[in-house]
Amino acid sequence: MTSREAMLKEIRTSLKRETGTPPPPPPPVRLVIPKVDRAAKVDSLLSKVAALAGKTLHASSMAEAREYVAGVIAGKSAVASNEPFLKEAGISTLPGVQCGFTEEAALREACAVTDFGISSATYALADTGSLVMISSLNEARLVSLLPPVHIAIVPAERILSGLDELYMLVPKPSDISSSMVLITGPSRTADIEQLLVRGVHGPGEIHVVVVD
Amino acid sequence: MTTVFDEKIHSTLGDSRLQLAIYKATGRLMENRKKVVADDVLPDYQELRQQAHEIKRHAINHLDYYLEEFERNVQARGGVVHWCRDGQEVADVVLSIAKRRKTGTIIKSKSMATEEIELNERLEHHGLESVESDLGEYILQLNHEKPYHIVAPALHLTRYDVADIFTKHLGLEREVVIEKQTKIARNIMRDKFLEAGIGISGANFLVADSGAVVLVENEGNARLSTTAPKVHIAVAGIEKIIPRAQDLATMLKVLGRSATGQPLTVYTSFLSSVRRENEVDGPEEFHVILLDNGRTKVLANESKRESLFCIRCGACLNHCPVYRKIGGHSFPWVYSGPIGAIITPQFHGVENQPKLAFASSLCGACGEVCPVKIDIPKVLLELRADAKEKEKEVASNQLERAAFQVFAYIASRPKLWRRLTGLAGTFNPMGKQANGMAKVPGFMKLGPLQEWLSERDLAPVAPKSFRTMWKERKG
Repeated sequence: MTSREAMLKEIRTSLKRETGTPPPPPPPVRLVIPKVDRAAKVDSLLSKVAALAGKTLHASSMAEAREYVAGVIAGKSAVASNEPFLKEAGISTLPGVQCGFTEEAALREACAVTDFGISSATYALADTGSLVMISSLNEARLVSLLPPVHIAIVPAERILSGLDELYMLVPKPSDISSSMVLITGPSRTADIEQLLVRGVHGPGEIHVVVVD
Repeated sequence: MTTVFDEKIHSTLGDSRLQLAIYKATGRLMENRKKVVADDVLPDYQELRQQAHEIKRHAINHLDYYLEEFERNVQARGGVVHWCRDGQEVADVVLSIAKRRKTGTIIKSKSMATEEIELNERLEHHGLESVESDLGEYILQLNHEKPYHIVAPALHLTRYDVADIFTKHLGLEREVVIEKQTKIARNIMRDKFLEAGIGISGANFLVADSGAVVLVENEGNARLSTTAPKVHIAVAGIEKIIPRAQDLATMLKVLGRSATGQPLTVYTSFLSSVRRENEVDGPEEFHVILLDNGRTKVLANESKRESLFCIRCGACLNHCPVYRKIGGHSFPWVYSGPIGAIITPQFHGVENQPKLAFASSLCGACGEVCPVKIDIPKVLLELRADAKEKEKEVASNQLERAAFQVFAYIASRPKLWRRLTGLAGTFNPMGKQANGMAKVPGFMKLGPLQEWLSERDLAPVAPKSFRTMWKERKG
């Protein structure tokens, strides 16, 4: 008997279940989606990010967002994701910014030494201040992970009220991507004496720019 | 528990610095939790707990079905599922993958399941380097210690202890500033993440309808361990299963809040396969190891089964007056506090850990804060009953049972009883000593009686029984 067979057999014996018997329906899914208008969602997102020591900007245009990013990176090096609107807005073409990576090895090399990672986010969650990063050709996983600073540009219409709305829109993230990551503030630890230190393995600084 | 642990308890109680460290850390975690589950910030918290309880109950009661569904969904996206009965089988799976990939370096993120089976030690024994990347776990690995707390593994160490550990094991100059200590670990790990051929993670949840592994963390080491290396292996206890991705809307809300008081931890990763064609990065191989290691045994008892609902938030430790005094290392296994007290005896056999369920005042705080509503006090009581049953079985040896059978036979037959006690009076087998007490005959100085009688004399048997005297007096 393989371990698989042995484990399943023991589980079924203990639970007094027959092979292949489908269970009764699970408890109904509990998704509660509040009605929140866009302005309130923007305010909530930005105030939550700020409370987590993230830097925020509510920009009225992509041009304003571009100006902000230019000021933050100030000529240092950055890697931008392949999100089309970043290019259209002239953010991924700012001086010092590399983009257009489609090969993992080259992307990894660039992200390991760069100062900033610039991305969009598929969604953002207003009630927790989270960015929702769904991996794709446009959004690589490493851009928001390896550089010490992460800058995310989020169009206001992508802000959702919270987790419940996300799981209503994306009931099975695995259908669309191998990886969906929620980012809520800068990387942190409290492992030594329960004292908060930011920037352990992920970015220690995060900027969230919401664009109307 | 055992002498070693009794000593550990006493040394912990006598260490005022450690007492303060435990008290402060658990106190802070309690305060943090309280703030985010309060009525005015999360009015439906009790409903979420109830929902989380029902999701876990349903999943565990139909575990075989959901594990198979999970397996099919992982396989459908090119992943591999391994079923392992114990730590040896897990090590064998990892070793064969490492051999095939020709890699000797493994980067690990925090996982209680791998602590349980001492995976690092097993892999190191075969010449592999397996490095913990979570800051607290890394410090413990350097110092060969087990976690002190489920979510705050190095809770018992101060910055000065960490400085000593880094100096001793890394040969670095003494550094006592926590930010700088963190930086040291970050720099060491950077190279490891990028050179490791395999990343091993645990799993906070296994999602059956998606074939996905969900990881919750704050540092980013779990993301790196599962993104940078070419191979990702997740090691998870079979009880981690939940039916649907949508159940995460409930589970994630109670987990972070109960553990550290965060509505969501910094990173929540939902990982379901290898890098796909329309993606830039991610691993080439995705493996999930489903670990038994005693769990299937726990399922058999319908009432105690709920021990497997646990999502390892650590809230019961923080709120336990016993844990807060005796600390994490006084418990015999990697799981401490109330949850450790109920799962350790069930995984290891109650006869091997008979005293653990008694290490509780039954104040009920653990059950009240449990985000999946495990009735921990009830399970503790049931385990106490089990322990007493086992004790009875062992204690009542055959001689004793036989002796009581003889006694019961005689004592329940009045005529026989009178005749035999009468004989005792007539023949007086015990004789009389100079002090007027009876001399205990050799045949009575047996077994447990010997010790009892060594400090005691017996009164001599009266020549006539009370009944006889009563009859004579009346007559």
